[in-house]
Amino acid sequence: MSFGFFLREAIRALKRNAVPSFAALATTLVTVLLLGVFIPMVQATTGAANEVRSKIIINVFMKTDAKQADVDRVQKLIETQVPHVGKVTFVSKKQALARQREAGRGDFYDLLGSNPLPDTFRISPDDPENITAIRDALAPAKASGGRGVADEAIDEVRDRKEDTATLLSVTRVVKLTTALLAGLLIIASVLLIANTIRLSLYARRREVEVMKLVGATDWFIRWPFVLEGVIVGALGGVLAVLLLGVVKVAVVDPLAADFALIAAPDTMNFPLLIALLLFASVAVSAVGSGISLRRFLRV
Amino acid sequence: MAATERHLRRRRHRDDPHRPSSAPHPPATGAVLSFSGVEMRYSATDVALDHVSFDIFPGEFVFLVGHSGSGKSTAMKLLIKELEPTDGEIRVAGRDLQRIPRARVPYYRRNLGVIFQDYKLLPNRTVYENVAYALQVTGGTRREIREKVPDILRLTGLSLKLHSYPDQLSGGEQQRVSVARAFVNHPPLLLADEPTGNLDPETSIGIMQLLYRINRTGTTVVVATHDVAMVDRMRRRVIELAEGRVVRDELAGGYAARREETTQEFGARLWGEIE
Repeated sequence: MSFGFFLREAIRALKRNAVPSFAALATTLVTVLLLGVFIPMVQATTGAANEVRSKIIINVFMKTDAKQADVDRVQKLIETQVPHVGKVTFVSKKQALARQREAGRGDFYDLLGSNPLPDTFRISPDDPENITAIRDALAPAKASGGRGVADEAIDEVRDRKEDTATLLSVTRVVKLTTALLAGLLIIASVLLIANTIRLSLYARRREVEVMKLVGATDWFIRWPFVLEGVIVGALGGVLAVLLLGVVKVAVVDPLAADFALIAAPDTMNFPLLIALLLFASVAVSAVGSGISLRRFLRV
Repeated sequence: MAATERHLRRRRHRDDPHRPSSAPHPPATGAVLSFSGVEMRYSATDVALDHVSFDIFPGEFVFLVGHSGSGKSTAMKLLIKELEPTDGEIRVAGRDLQRIPRARVPYYRRNLGVIFQDYKLLPNRTVYENVAYALQVTGGTRREIREKVPDILRLTGLSLKLHSYPDQLSGGEQQRVSVARAFVNHPPLLLADEPTGNLDPETSIGIMQLLYRINRTGTTVVVATHDVAMVDRMRRRVIELAEGRVVRDELAGGYAARREETTQEFGARLWGEIE
């Protein structure tokens, strides 16, 4: 009896308050739609940014006359003494030359007659932010200014300073902006939904008052409202997801073949996104109507 | 009526029925409703009820009269536990209202029928649904509703208006719906706050007749009103409030001596006196 009664009450209320209900539904739809577009976008952007950041490395050039013992010592130094090291690759003189030949510059080196390229360690940091720590460990600042090196066999430590700095600041800006936008969007949608619910409740505060006077318990009054919220949220969510699905199939999928950004590896898969959006829309409107009602229940 | 006689006997036993009741007193046993030393302050200077005491016994029909601002509505609001008194004790059927926790208030209210000046009907429900709601709230089954609602609507003379919405009814009819809703659970106590405040004299008599009929089934009825003419004609117990104090508590117009009237006789007398 009870659940059927509450459901009938909720549907009756939806019919009688068609306009506010539609407004709530439209708000949920737009919000879910925006979130649905935004979440993959943010993920794709951070994915792309991360990819760029992962390219940040430090090159440690050995002196050209470095022996194998020197190389081993420096490798040990990097692996044990230097903090925040993510990955170390060693590029020997020969390998470096081979790479130059691959790049089509073999003639130039043949002309030289000897191999001027040094042995090189390429260090990628565990986190791009820590790149300065690695540089400081390998090339500590000298009291007289300038930089020395941690080992006499090291000729130079180069961190592509300018590239690194710009990359870091760009990715930081991208991260901050997306986080800020996402935060604003979430606040706006919560306020919108809460306001819509409050408006439709305000229109019915007299009804709630009468119910209380007849001896209805708080939950007896609340259930139909909560169910109403669930129905509105679910409908709005489903409609938004359908729209998203259409857009994905019609627009994004064909484009994905051409654009690297959209196909970024870290994008959430579609079913999970749908489930999340539906859950969020239902939960927000149900909890929203339940909570907004509190004010009017104090009779 | 047995309840009335019992109550009269009890009243005679007590020292002075007209005592100025500002002194706190222990609630009388058997009273369906008792105020003892009830004070209600809205602010430090605004005293709505100033140590009011009275008892109302089962089966009584009591008028609570006074000019507006005398504290009638405050007393009613205290009774439905919409407000809490700042001092004193209110007992309904022996239960101290102050001891009823917030969560139990709805269950307490189901034992009261409440009627308001502005009817307080649910605007988007038919007459039938409005009355049925009072039963649905208490978990009444569909069968119970199908049996009781037409019954009570017949009693209140609304059988032909079952499927009308409140705004399609006259004021008198709306008030009848609200009486029907208040009485459908057969509560032992019926409270009416200015039930005829928005109605013309003829319609008011009809409502009073209805309340009298309900009273004759054994239900205690308390009516707050400022309609002195109506009160005089009814010749029932009158508790008069002025500036938050009880200034009169008496059986108006020799009510005690009068034999029991049928509803028809009662109505005929009211109509006779209006003409």
